[in-house]
Amino acid sequence: MIEVKNLFKSYESDFVLNDVSARFEKGKCNLIIGRSGSGKTVLLKSIVGLIEVDEGEIWYDHQKFSHLDTPSRQQIRKEMGVLFQGAALFDSLTVEDNVLFPLDMFTSQTRNDKLDRANFCLERVKVTGSNGLYPAELSGGMKKRVAIARAIALNPRYLLCDEPNSGLDPETGIVIDNLIKELTEEFQMTTIVNSHDMNSVLEIGDKVIFIYKGCKCWEGSRTEILKTDNVALNNFVFATNMAKQIKRS
Amino acid sequence: MKLLSHIGSYFLLMGRAFSQPEKHSILYRQTMREIEKVGINSFPIVVVISLFVGAVITIQTNFNIENPLLPKYLVGVTVRDSLLLEFSSTMVALILAGKVGSSIASELGMMRITEQIDALEVMGINSASYLILPRIIAAVLFFPILCLLSIMVGLFGGYLACTLGGVMPPSDYVYGIQYAFYPYYISYALTKTVFYAIIITSVSSYFGYNVKGGAVEVGRSSTRAVVQSSILILLANLILTRTILT
Repeated sequence: MIEVKNLFKSYESDFVLNDVSARFEKGKCNLIIGRSGSGKTVLLKSIVGLIEVDEGEIWYDHQKFSHLDTPSRQQIRKEMGVLFQGAALFDSLTVEDNVLFPLDMFTSQTRNDKLDRANFCLERVKVTGSNGLYPAELSGGMKKRVAIARAIALNPRYLLCDEPNSGLDPETGIVIDNLIKELTEEFQMTTIVNSHDMNSVLEIGDKVIFIYKGCKCWEGSRTEILKTDNVALNNFVFATNMAKQIKRS
Repeated sequence: MKLLSHIGSYFLLMGRAFSQPEKHSILYRQTMREIEKVGINSFPIVVVISLFVGAVITIQTNFNIENPLLPKYLVGVTVRDSLLLEFSSTMVALILAGKVGSSIASELGMMRITEQIDALEVMGINSASYLILPRIIAAVLFFPILCLLSIMVGLFGGYLACTLGGVMPPSDYVYGIQYAFYPYYISYALTKTVFYAIIITSVSSYFGYNVKGGAVEVGRSSTRAVVQSSILILLANLILTRTILT
């Protein structure tokens, strides 16, 4: 479980996060949604510690991450898998070496054991026969899958994904979403997915948090989101004229 | 204020870079990779430039020592000392600042803007140590070899100017490059090269590591890395020459 309490973050005089509190549950896909610039990436980066918040607490199970020193944070980070918006695969390494990377860094397994684990992760995300390719030779969807394989290589307790299906066609996006959901349930991870894609929300959103102008504006499930009276959320969910007509009818 | 802020950030980054590496085996592997990238790949440019500069210094020195009272072998002495004292350390360092420095800054800059450095950090890896330390070690180990190579190739370039160009009798040149030789000059050149290696790799890494923005900023940081490294090399040259060449 990951919990954030009363997070504040401002740049100069503008609040990017304004008293955000939320609890992200284990074994579920917790989605943070909101318009571009609403503060959801800042929230996710604050949760992983890439951005320091001005005030507030971040808890990973029973550990107060926001108040830990760097070495203690690094210990928790070894239990995190993070999927970045652009996949963030290491350009100079092949697909196999990218997945082997965390295993080389943090385990003392034999080379064969590490290779077995890397191949298991790649098979799990349905990437086979591409071990020797470099990231530049992969499609967007493949990059995301390899990044997921790398993220789960160390059996993380927490999986954090920043817009996992951005830049992908809707069909591939849903494949990636479903993969994240399957892995979350299979390995009982606490998963947080940052998204502005309504397909993702409706497909995998066990719990949804709507961020609007830096504030948590709404919280609920994917079924509740379609029935809410929240104006800002309705404007976000039913953004097109056609969707607005469907909502009215 | 901005300069002080940069100096402070630079030393903080170096503090992180020189902290305990995650795994010594990984550091060794990375250092070997960097030796290839930073060192071995610089062989051709060092050889070509040193060869031509050695030949040109020989021709120019011979042209300037036309006095019949001055022995011809002084050309060899001048070429050798020019290479040892200045060219093969400082000039080669300036060339490497352009080649290696821009490469380091742009590579780290691209890693920064494509979130690869963030990916290292969230894995619990000290990205500064992982990315910067092997580059500094590789340069410190390999730049002195490039300096020695430059000295040898430069002297050979001078010899070729004598034999193929007929500038002066090769025997006088060979006598000259052996005449009144101070081995300390080699130590002096190598000491300077080690300092230059640290300046080039650390300054370039600093500019690349701290890129913010997009591709334009990566280009700017690469240019800044080369300019600042070059200025610091010239400043270090002055200080080191004043302090250790006594």
